[in-house]
Amino acid sequence: MTRMDVYLDNSATTRVDPLVVEAMLPYFTERFGNPSSIHSKGVEARDAVEVARKQVAKLINAKPSEIVFTSGGTEGDNLAILGGARAMNAADSSRNVVVCSNVEHPAVLNTCKDLAGSGFSFSEAKVNPSGILELSEAQSHVSSKTALASIMLANNEVGTIQPVTAVAKLCHENGVLMHTDAVQAVGKIPIDVKELDVDLLSLASHKFHGPKGVGALYIRDGVKIKPIFGGGGHERGLRSGTENVPGIVGLGMAAQIAAQNLPKDIEKMGKLRDRLIDGLSGLSRAFLNGDRNQRLPNNVNYRFLGVEGEALITLLDEDGICASTGSACSSKKLRASHVLTALGLEDWQAHGSLRLTLSRFSTKEEIDYALEKIPQAVNTLRRMSPVWAKLERGEKIEDVKNGHVH
Amino acid sequence: MATYTEKVMEHFKNPKNMGEMADADGKGEVGNPSCGDVMTVYIKVKDNRISDISFQTFGCVAAVATSSMVTELARGKTLDEGMKLTRADVAESLGGLPPIKMHCSNLAADALHAAIEDYRKKKGPA
Repeated sequence: MTRMDVYLDNSATTRVDPLVVEAMLPYFTERFGNPSSIHSKGVEARDAVEVARKQVAKLINAKPSEIVFTSGGTEGDNLAILGGARAMNAADSSRNVVVCSNVEHPAVLNTCKDLAGSGFSFSEAKVNPSGILELSEAQSHVSSKTALASIMLANNEVGTIQPVTAVAKLCHENGVLMHTDAVQAVGKIPIDVKELDVDLLSLASHKFHGPKGVGALYIRDGVKIKPIFGGGGHERGLRSGTENVPGIVGLGMAAQIAAQNLPKDIEKMGKLRDRLIDGLSGLSRAFLNGDRNQRLPNNVNYRFLGVEGEALITLLDEDGICASTGSACSSKKLRASHVLTALGLEDWQAHGSLRLTLSRFSTKEEIDYALEKIPQAVNTLRRMSPVWAKLERGEKIEDVKNGHVH
Repeated sequence: MATYTEKVMEHFKNPKNMGEMADADGKGEVGNPSCGDVMTVYIKVKDNRISDISFQTFGCVAAVATSSMVTELARGKTLDEGMKLTRADVAESLGGLPPIKMHCSNLAADALHAAIEDYRKKKGPA
């Protein structure tokens, strides 16, 4: 098969839709006004921001007044958690616990941990081996002492969809504020904030074919949060700073396109995902990470025992395939992915994991190309792997005596 | 992803002396599966020299490349010369490694030294 360029890392970021770029362009050069200005240039920029607010609200069945624009998922998570927990604590000082799951994105996990250093305590709920937070586990962490709980709608590494509605119900029975990080879920599953019953929901434009550096936080009507930085009081005083107008316009357009295409996209990505999962299942000692059913339609995460993720990604890159891994060596950290170890995998197993994430632009040809190249790359690395040789001989994989520790 | 030199990529894509050696005179295994890298170096010894050498590696790009390089550097050397091959020698021969990957060159040299020590131990005192 001739070499193809195949982008299968859409959970990292997506290609910006050309229609989105087209919508954004006038807001750099002609309609460059500051939405806070009184003159006509300002009004035209303000109008554009308000159109985008409606587009985003519609995508998640919210009211436009419930949308605050941010710089992206990380800021939305920070604003929701810090702002939400501090407001709850200010209203009732006995509420000083924040809860999140052990598979949250670092934007949530580290923010909750940071709060623990400033008068709050942090309680971490653990997912089951398929990556799902069971209600009984959530119940043991949520109490009248809890200020806020943050449970992601869908996981960024293994695509597991969490029972957010049930956790939100539990939270509200205990008077607790409920946030969900929906960054990976937007454009992949239908999102209805009324149905989810959450108080706060963050999303990021670049995960669904919008530009980077812009996102939104849904704040349910009546829910009070504190801003996390001071300034001119933009976005109803919740997010100061001159609005990123071209970015917001792009986010709005991406939201509109996502809403229009969602049923079609879900079906298309789901079929390709299943083709990929089925196609890789023939490899020996290859296992799907995460839940097979409660899973985003665009996520495949396989572990291939006996290979290391970064080496696998690099071989695939040589073949034109962009993918990612939960492995140590691929990122700047040397530790195995906290998500994969939370599923109960041992570090050496987690190191051999490959994440392939699809978008609406993915094609069957790309998937078939990947299905040809991935087994080749896995086998190349297994041929040189002493861990694979041991597995083949039926030996146990253990750390060696004179092994080093990082 | 870390940025690698051309030399590293060359050794990663076409590793030299790769494979298990059934009749090795010395074998050195270092690293930890849990850290994501394990290296095994096999040597054959003739007249106090490393007459043949091979490796197996489970690990990242740098781990594979440094294993390949250390076998190239050690082949034909006396055992004492082999023991003197340093981590820096391996990294330098590859045109350098990203700082976060330097531990891989440590592993490769350590695996070679472990193989030589294994041979010497099996052979008994001279």
